[in-house]
Amino acid sequence: MKPMSTTSHPSFIQATLAVVRKDLTAEFRSRELLSAMLVFSLLVIIIFNFALELNIKERQTVTAGVLWATFAFAGTLGLNRSMAMEKDRGCLDGLLLAPVDRAAIYFGKVISNLVFMFVVEAITLPLYALLYNEARIFQPGFLLVILLGSIGYTSVGTLLASMAVETRTRDVLLPILLFPVTIPVLLLAIRACNGILSGSAMDEIMPLLNTLIAYDVIFTAVAFMVFDNVVEE
Amino acid sequence: MTPKPILLKMLDYLSIIVLGVATYLALFFAPRELVMGEVQRVFYFHIGTAWTALLGFIFAAGLGIAYLVTKNAKWDIYEVAAVEISTIFFLITIVLGSIWARPAWGTWWTWDERLTTAAITELFYIAYFMLRNGIEDPDRRARFGAVYTLIGSISAPITFMAIRWAKSRTIHPVLIGAASEGQEKMNMSPDMRIAFFFALFAFTVIFVDLFWNRIRLGQLQDKVEQLKLKVM
Repeated sequence: MKPMSTTSHPSFIQATLAVVRKDLTAEFRSRELLSAMLVFSLLVIIIFNFALELNIKERQTVTAGVLWATFAFAGTLGLNRSMAMEKDRGCLDGLLLAPVDRAAIYFGKVISNLVFMFVVEAITLPLYALLYNEARIFQPGFLLVILLGSIGYTSVGTLLASMAVETRTRDVLLPILLFPVTIPVLLLAIRACNGILSGSAMDEIMPLLNTLIAYDVIFTAVAFMVFDNVVEE
Repeated sequence: MTPKPILLKMLDYLSIIVLGVATYLALFFAPRELVMGEVQRVFYFHIGTAWTALLGFIFAAGLGIAYLVTKNAKWDIYEVAAVEISTIFFLITIVLGSIWARPAWGTWWTWDERLTTAAITELFYIAYFMLRNGIEDPDRRARFGAVYTLIGSISAPITFMAIRWAKSRTIHPVLIGAASEGQEKMNMSPDMRIAFFFALFAFTVIFVDLFWNRIRLGQLQDKVEQLKLKVM
């Protein structure tokens, strides 16, 4: 038999990108995850419309909250599905057999989940703006907060989803595991978005953004360190 | 099964005694607080349980790390014991605080940083037990439990700071350190101090006692699980 290792092992970045490519290819063929997330976020926004009576005055104060609640709910849906697909089709076992650093698998999943999250946000935001005549959300600051918040949310979410998927009650469990941990992200992001919408001074918003960045860094680092223990067989 | 160690038996009795003494000190010995009145007496147990619960959570995270490093199942048994007792103690803290807040603040609950963080932390550890219950493989259960307690010990302080920066101002009394504007600083009379420090001591003893008993229970559960596997 020919030795397999004539070609060198893929580098960390190559392995990460391979996982991302696999996920994106699978998703853009089936589109089952994205379509579910999108329809779901639209429905959530419609429910909020009735729940909060989103008239012009109310909208000023609740826009950030409604959007983040929508992203959080749609996010759990996507995270759950993305890990469940790996598990059900035995794909995760295949990934773990690959001679690559397991952290590369984690980062690959984070990046692809993040892409799905961004796609949903990129469609939900204009729709929200259209439905509620709220063009102020297209500010660089607002979009930056959404970027930072999504990174924090998916970095923890991917780790916890890979845990939840191994349990008996997986679909129910992920939000219960995830929400207590992501409350800081949601809180900081909502405050920062509100601050930006109401035109607060930058030095009021900066501490929130800095904390959000700190959260992203801390939790990505922790997840990076413990992911090996989660997927170990 | 090994018989209960004599030291543990003594600790059981000691726990009952210190609980009785702490109750006496809090309810009768400590003077009546001038502003808040009798309800302030709740405070001694409120701090006692909060202190042990928070230390217990940090301790559990340490045990979780010990498990992840050594993969020795005994750390997992210790970790569950610590989390379980701390979760109950913390629930007592929240309930007692709420009882105090009703007359003192005129409401059972406010979305203050400490109260909110406490509620989120409590929910986090309830989720911990739901996570464990959903996993059959003991090895995986232990690994996930350890990872989750580790995340919890990092997440709780971040939540606290996030709420502090996002909302500013608290009405929760400050016991240690400087009170900011709008907060009350608690000043205790010497008799109150005795009741206070004794309550801290008492709940620490009770925690250690429960912890030890819970570890023994955990070891028994482990044995039962292994026997079951042997039969099957």
